[in-house]
Amino acid sequence: MAARKTKPAAITLKRRDVITSILSQRGDAAVVTGIGNAVHDVASCGDDARNMYLAGIMGGASMVALGVALAQPRRRVLVITGDGELLAGIGSLLTIGVEKPKNLAIVVLDNQAFGATGNQLTHTAAGVDLVAIAAASGFASTALITDSSGLEAAMADIHDRPGPYFAVVKVKTVTGPRLDVSRDGTYVSRRFRTAMTGREG
Amino acid sequence: MTMAKAKAKARHWSHDVYAVLKRADVRQVAYVPDGGLAGLIDLCNADNKMRSVVLTTEEEGIAQMAGAWLGGQRGVFLTQSGGIGNCINMLSIMQECRIPLLAIVSMRGQWGEAFPWQVPMGQATTAALEAAKVIVQPVDRADEVAETVEAAARLAYDANRAIAVIVSQRITKNGERG
Repeated sequence: MAARKTKPAAITLKRRDVITSILSQRGDAAVVTGIGNAVHDVASCGDDARNMYLAGIMGGASMVALGVALAQPRRRVLVITGDGELLAGIGSLLTIGVEKPKNLAIVVLDNQAFGATGNQLTHTAAGVDLVAIAAASGFASTALITDSSGLEAAMADIHDRPGPYFAVVKVKTVTGPRLDVSRDGTYVSRRFRTAMTGREG
Repeated sequence: MTMAKAKAKARHWSHDVYAVLKRADVRQVAYVPDGGLAGLIDLCNADNKMRSVVLTTEEEGIAQMAGAWLGGQRGVFLTQSGGIGNCINMLSIMQECRIPLLAIVSMRGQWGEAFPWQVPMGQATTAALEAAKVIVQPVDRADEVAETVEAAARLAYDANRAIAVIVSQRITKNGERG
């Protein structure tokens, strides 16, 4: 079993390219990021009031997004997170699978490593199958995306397919520059809420 | 005893708390099943204008409550004291973003507990909540639960604070037999 903790070969996608491609078609979607590089990946496409950057609460992104999705049933709510963050709240997939929000989609940028802390291998590097967990939890549709043609083919599902939708995108560990996005929670959260509800306070 | 008082006494407090939640326009309920809150959970589950979400672990509910507020709805989080320790890190979103939280916590390990494993977390519940900067409002009489929740709801939704109403085991009688 020594090979279990070695990475499979031939990961070609870069996380920033994946996110640029997805967010270029976001429409009026709300985006909730998980802690870590996902914050900077999403910010790299341009700051937006409809982005909720969660720079803390590891494991909480999917459930924050469920709360938003239930409150905003006509709006697509997109979670952009990493495998490490998702693993920290893995039970959330079961809860979302039970609730079946049609407007929620989760995209996991799976670099098989804890990228923010030195690329220690995560459970997915040892073969834990997040797509299978989501499918077994009751997600309406799931995808494993390993290359650019797979990403292109999944794009309509990410944005429009009745959810809950779940995709793992296998990406390289390479990141882009860190973005100077506000980490002030009171500012980002109130800006986001106003963008969702159309009202202040 | 007047007729009104006799009637109030016959009615379980969970009905009055449910009425408070309805008046406050609570639309999302996140809960982990608990004997002391079973009546309230059933009332919420039966209401098709409330979305009741059963959680795998308590911290999911904290994140969901933050999301509900971010999306423009009010929520309530129902839990037993044993789950409060799970919530600590997730509560940082309430503090950092100053997002409201209304939690109703049913106590174990407190008043007449017969089951020893409930005591450690029960005795740490208030300290843990306060460490996470949640305002704790204890209630130990059944006829005061609803008004305490109503006051807490104002502090949460109008003053944007995180509040936990701690329902004493003296009220719920949970855990008398361990």
